[in-house]
Amino acid sequence: MIYLDHAATTPVRKEVLEAVTEAFEIFGNPSSLHAAGTKAREAVEESRETLARALRCSPEEVVFTSGGTEANNLALKGLPERGHVLVSSIEHPSVLEPAGSLEKLGFEVERIPVDRFGLVDPERVAEMIRKDTVLVSVMHANNEIGTVQPVREIGKVCRDSGVLLHVDAVQTFGKIEVDPKRMNADLVSVSSHKIYGPKGVGALFVREGVKLKPLLSGGGQERGLRSGTENVQGIVGFAKAAELAVAEMETESRRLERLRDRLISGLSEIPDSFLNGHPKKRLPNNAHFCFRFIEGESAVLMLSEEGIMVSTASACSSRKLEPSHVLRAIGLRREEAHGSVRYTLGLGNTKEQVEKAIEATERVVEKLREISPFKGKW
Amino acid sequence: MYSEKVMDHFRNPRNQGKLEDADGVGTAGNPICGDVMRFYIKVRNGKIIKTGWETFGCAAAIATSSALSEMITGKSLEEARKVTREAIAEYLGGLPPIKKHCTSLALEALKKAIKNYEEAGK
Repeated sequence: MIYLDHAATTPVRKEVLEAVTEAFEIFGNPSSLHAAGTKAREAVEESRETLARALRCSPEEVVFTSGGTEANNLALKGLPERGHVLVSSIEHPSVLEPAGSLEKLGFEVERIPVDRFGLVDPERVAEMIRKDTVLVSVMHANNEIGTVQPVREIGKVCRDSGVLLHVDAVQTFGKIEVDPKRMNADLVSVSSHKIYGPKGVGALFVREGVKLKPLLSGGGQERGLRSGTENVQGIVGFAKAAELAVAEMETESRRLERLRDRLISGLSEIPDSFLNGHPKKRLPNNAHFCFRFIEGESAVLMLSEEGIMVSTASACSSRKLEPSHVLRAIGLRREEAHGSVRYTLGLGNTKEQVEKAIEATERVVEKLREISPFKGKW
Repeated sequence: MYSEKVMDHFRNPRNQGKLEDADGVGTAGNPICGDVMRFYIKVRNGKIIKTGWETFGCAAAIATSSALSEMITGKSLEEARKVTREAIAEYLGGLPPIKKHCTSLALEALKKAIKNYEEAGK
């Protein structure tokens, strides 16, 4: 099997599995006063320090959550005061849906448009910010097309206007630098299972002095921002994964970039295909293509038959039967958006696998085009 | 997600392809919506003796086209007209609820092909 769906999730790496297995011997409740509890508390706090080092922030600024979705929900629904909120039009549903809930609560939410590469223009953000704007939420890199946003410039605009910036860094953490302070970000979401850690754990960076309301109330864990007994094993695994990802980031990202560039050049040879997202400002592991006259779900299933695991944002693959909001926001025609396929590379992938994926894609696209009534034109 | 039968028709589509000497052709769907099916039929003495099809769409759309082509080949036009959405879904060992519309699309393309044949004969 050739797994090229690392933006969806990643396998737990060996070192992480070992750390988690060991952590399962810690059974105490971190809130208990006795020695068993203290041991668990230490494991959680050491992990918090590791995460803080990875994010170049202080441990007090790290709030553990159940994952990226909860971190994004907390960043938006946790806003203490009503006002105007700006979100980019290509955010993940875990930002767009909470933004929709805010509207019901009396917030005013506007979507920041993107250009054909999926880029947000910081000047546009400056124009859209109003006196009553309380938050801007722009993802660091898009999960579908891989475009990396100029978050630092957007952060500067927000800082100059005194508006909070939330950055969903779930796809970038461990792949490119995620430094909330340099980004001028106030809230940053990260997730464990995208970086070879266990599922069910993530974190929200909350800059010192930023006030949020909790989504869950109870025992007051995580400085009152996230009640519930800590997921000790998950947190330990997440910290280990983050530590390794950041330590290996430079060499691994350069390696992935080379594989990605080969994948992009190979797939570009397929007639009637095109790359989505920005040619340069993109995740080191993402290649996203549209193949005209075929439908993405069939392509993904046929590639799966060939042992290649990829993903699609085609309408037929979604529950709503609507093409992806991201592909529509970058201006793709609907019929073209149906033929999207996303390849996301990771640790285990090799040059040989990339060559096999290119060959398999050529075969599958050709086979589906034979079946299709559209031959070279719509 | 899909039944073994759906996957079998998807992997090994039956009667797939354009019939150059078709007596009737019918197309349903729209590329904007993500599904287009075209059916070709060859008719002798009121019987469909050969079927072909071309489909742009998901695995369910491809499997549905394949299944319907198998169900109607060798049948009279009357029998072909009586095939229901439910019958196709059952033939495929079930379809996910969200994919049921594929069966309507296939029947629409087939009915248009039959109509095309009948009108050409007039």
